[in-house]
Amino acid sequence: MYTGPLRSLIDELGRMPGIGPKSAQRIAFYLLKAPLEDVTRLSNAIVVMKERTTLCSICFNISEGGGLCDVCDDAQRDGSILCIVEDPRDIVAVERTHRFKGRYHVLHGALNPLEGVGPDQLKIAELMERVGNEPIAEVILCTNPNLEGEATAMYLAKLLSRTDVSVTRIASGLPVGGDLEYADELTLGRALDGRTDLTTVRDGSTTI
Amino acid sequence: MSLFSDRGVVLRTYKLGEADRIVVILTEGHGKIRAVAKGVRRTTSKFGARLEPLSHVSLLVWSGRSDLDIINQAEIVDTFRTIREDLDRVPKGISLLEVADQISQEGLADPRLYQMLVGALRALSDTAWNPELVAPAFFLKVLGLEGSAPVLDACASCGARPSSSIGRDSDRHIAAERTPERATEDEAGDLVELVAFDLVVGGMLCQGCRRGRAVSAEALDLMRRILNGSLSGVLRGVQPGSEEVTQIATEAMETHLDRRLRSVRSAVGA
Ligand SMILES: [Zn+2]
Ligand SMILES: [Zn+2]
Repeated sequence: MYTGPLRSLIDELGRMPGIGPKSAQRIAFYLLKAPLEDVTRLSNAIVVMKERTTLCSICFNISEGGGLCDVCDDAQRDGSILCIVEDPRDIVAVERTHRFKGRYHVLHGALNPLEGVGPDQLKIAELMERVGNEPIAEVILCTNPNLEGEATAMYLAKLLSRTDVSVTRIASGLPVGGDLEYADELTLGRALDGRTDLTTVRDGSTTI
Repeated sequence: MSLFSDRGVVLRTYKLGEADRIVVILTEGHGKIRAVAKGVRRTTSKFGARLEPLSHVSLLVWSGRSDLDIINQAEIVDTFRTIREDLDRVPKGISLLEVADQISQEGLADPRLYQMLVGALRALSDTAWNPELVAPAFFLKVLGLEGSAPVLDACASCGARPSSSIGRDSDRHIAAERTPERATEDEAGDLVELVAFDLVVGGMLCQGCRRGRAVSAEALDLMRRILNGSLSGVLRGVQPGSEEVTQIATEAMETHLDRRLRSVRSAVGA
């Protein structure tokens, strides 16, 4: 339908996640009508982001200009406790809780036998190296609570059982604010397994 | 738009958009379906963990003009929690799903395949049973369902039948028919034995025709027992020849599908 530069922009936009042909066309026409300086600012932002953004050499979180990420660069963070996540975006989610003061390790994926993602495709060898070299006492397995994430957690738990760090898994439970009657069997079953003792007084504000 | 209800096993899922997933389900009455589960990736989704792969669910589905259906409701029949929480069982369960996905067709009901998948998942989730042979037994049974069961009772190349057997019903029958000649055959020393498995012809071969992989008498017996329906006996306890049967069944299934089974070849469970 369209030809030349407009066609190729629509094609490029259409390759992005969550953008179908219609959205691609809408964005392309928005950019066509926008002032040149706005479009230049956007294209510069994309190029600069691509050039400056790197992965932290320690934890594989997003970092800038080849340096360490904000967490690894922060001397206040507790180096004895390591939170394992699948994706840098999961670090943002955990950080928003303000409950975790340790450090991270990003796997960049989860084991997925159907997609051919095995241990070698993830940052697992790097994790084992950190566990061997850094003064890590506890590893928290914070992978997604789905089939791939659970398999990854079980695999790591088995690997780490040969070391002397303690290995924990984030609890599965009911979403706060939800109704029990709508809970699925798997989630409710896990919530029952992971029940906590309320007879001993706990300080609910502790962070780890 | 029309609404239908059915039972099915979730084979796999794909992310769609911000918070949705496409869920591929092998149903009992509607074959394989691909349906959208809206908002399922949000922690507050009404579906929760019900539409994870391996789940056996009872469904209410909107079927419209597009090639994607929409899941309206899902209730759990079985979560198969013992499979998903065991590092040894997970890859085996996923290999069942992978084969069911490859064999099944969209819009073509195959209740036998559905029943065999549910049966295999139940066997795999039962801790009283040995999980080792569930997947290879499922592969061999599915090949049978597809009309491609391996030839085990005669040489798949020249047709020669063994005159002695290692104790299966079908062989006893053959042996009884041949009883008069048996002594002479034994004396002449030309007893037919099935000693190798060839993927191309899809069955066992005699000494004269042998090529492909060598197969032990225990493995041959085990495959016969699996295909003759005595699964419950086979899956109880440790069976000699299990590793051979696992390899043969996997390779036979891969030959049938003309494709590698990624889940079996992955190193996750090792
Ligand atoms: Zn870092
Ligand atoms: Zn032969």
